[in-house]
Amino acid sequence: MNIVKSQPKSIIQDSTKYCPGCGHGIILRLIGEAIDELGIRERMILTAPVGCAVILYDYISCDVIECAHGRAPAVATALKRVHPDKFILLYQGDGDLAAIGTAEIVHAANRGENLSAIFVNNATYGMTGGQMAPTTLVGQKTTTSPFGRTIKGMGKPIRVCEMLSTLEETKYLERTSIHSVRNINKTKAAIRKIFQNQMNGIGFSMVEILSMCPVGWKVSPVEAVQFIEEQMLNYYPLGVYKNVE
Amino acid sequence: MADEKKTETQDKQMLMKGNEAVGEASIKAGCYCYFAYPITPQTETPEYLSKRMEEENRVFIQAESEVAAINMVFGASAAGVRVMTSSSSPGISLKQEGISYIAGAELPCVIVNVCRGGPGLGNIEASQADYFQSTRGGGHGDYRCIVLAPNSVQECYDMTLNAFDLADYYRMPVLIQSDGIIGQLVEPFQMHPYKPMFDKFPPKDWALTGCAGRKPNVVRTLYLNPANGLELLNRKLEQKYNKIKSELRWCETYNCDNADIIVIAYGASSRIAKSAIKKHNTNGTKIGMFRPKTLWPWPDVELVDIARKNKNVKFLVIEMSMGQMLEDVLLTLMDVVPKKNIYFYGMGGGWNPTPDSVYEKISEIMKK
Ligand SMILES: Cc1ncc(C[n+]2csc(CCOP(=O)(O)OP(=O)(O)O)c2C)c(N)n1
Repeated sequence: MNIVKSQPKSIIQDSTKYCPGCGHGIILRLIGEAIDELGIRERMILTAPVGCAVILYDYISCDVIECAHGRAPAVATALKRVHPDKFILLYQGDGDLAAIGTAEIVHAANRGENLSAIFVNNATYGMTGGQMAPTTLVGQKTTTSPFGRTIKGMGKPIRVCEMLSTLEETKYLERTSIHSVRNINKTKAAIRKIFQNQMNGIGFSMVEILSMCPVGWKVSPVEAVQFIEEQMLNYYPLGVYKNVE
Repeated sequence: MADEKKTETQDKQMLMKGNEAVGEASIKAGCYCYFAYPITPQTETPEYLSKRMEEENRVFIQAESEVAAINMVFGASAAGVRVMTSSSSPGISLKQEGISYIAGAELPCVIVNVCRGGPGLGNIEASQADYFQSTRGGGHGDYRCIVLAPNSVQECYDMTLNAFDLADYYRMPVLIQSDGIIGQLVEPFQMHPYKPMFDKFPPKDWALTGCAGRKPNVVRTLYLNPANGLELLNRKLEQKYNKIKSELRWCETYNCDNADIIVIAYGASSRIAKSAIKKHNTNGTKIGMFRPKTLWPWPDVELVDIARKNKNVKFLVIEMSMGQMLEDVLLTLMDVVPKKNIYFYGMGGGWNPTPDSVYEKISEIMKK
């Protein structure tokens, strides 16, 4: 029998505390694989967000700093200025990056910090139990938009790749998804890409990943996959938004 | 080169603003990163350091906000270097989130607050109304910061040198509580070369440098288990704070033996008080002064000693706030001095008492 895949060395456990069907476990695994393949585990410093991914140090065996809600881009900026030879990864949810920490991400990107960012867009606040996020779709019901998000009073969902692409110092922006194997593989390639960009000193690179939150959305894991395919992809088109080499 | 080396080891007489002296001291103490956002009356520090950090090939960032600046401090400290930020009252309020995280993660850093009038946008004049905020934690949770209160440009310089050492030694944030007068004051001072306060500092083996050749380091403040996690952290912090209380209480006493009245004041108001005291003392009365130089830990043992020696002494607390340090004085003296012998004179408008008004206050108390 051929072993096609085994557990990456950077990954600490093969099971996680994440809810069934949650996307964080998949994404953390992809990060671990990319770190192994590029051989950069001992040069990584990960930033953990506030939100479901805060416990990422339980799963990835690297130096980690746990940041206040939304502040990771400021923390990472300093880490990179002190250690320009290390790899600094931002890992942020949509509440983290697009609500409380909007200023920090915009300004880190605008300064052209040589950082790699992963932005997990699950259209909700997972950890606190499924409240409305800036990325919640119009009409989507959450615990704080029980009648469905309306544009009047709540605004339209923020498209982060599109927004950040207006900043000239952003160098790579791509939106991917993890609702299918094909898309998981594309996401993996994008994660490698943002690491490689940092390695080559290219500048601020981000991948936005559409991810499932079945418990937050109050649907089954299968329905969560369908929600991405049928609802989220329409509003959040996948693809490369910027690529400056 | 040789000449330059020589001057580095000698005292130099300098003329600078308090805010600039803070900046130069941070350079001398080896501060590698400085992050800030402009606010009056502290803006001379970022202006000064934007130039000096560049000259020294170190890191200066004008952050997008005080929130970002303090989180940059968090990152740089975790990365293992000496780091400082400065601001004034409304900006320090914004930094409280980050200060709580830094205290929780037991990281060293220096934070300068050049206080102005408040609450709210208040005004840009000197004030001491952030005393509660700096000595009681300020952010959420059970934590303390060491708080140093300079009253001259000399002390702005010296205490900044000390602040970096204390931060590294105790692994915690150290606040310098200056005010608009002390920050803006220009006066000569001795620029001492940096000499570490301690022979040995704890190694920064917790720093994030990539995990080559060791187990990964995690800088964190989340402890979901109350009994095995957060309780242990808070017990450990409590022990550390108790140790600091026993080791670090700085104060200046002036003319306290057999005094009729002792004025208690810190920072700018202590200088104003001193002028009034000097004028009184030429009139045959005996007025002393007690000046805390560490606002936390508060020099309680020292004040109690003075009060015990002289049972009839009265105390006059002077603040550029509505009675914040007064609470520490009352707590300290509650078993030693009758409450009626403790007087208070405060200004809340973001301005200062004058030597004449302090003189009047003292005269009133003398008549009672
Ligand atoms: C200052 C602050 N405000 C609020 C919270 C509570 N909180 C914890 S996680 C979270 C939402 C995180 O959502 P998101 O970033 O989308 O990540 P997810 O959990 O969905 O992965 C919130 C609001 C907090 N920890 N800190």
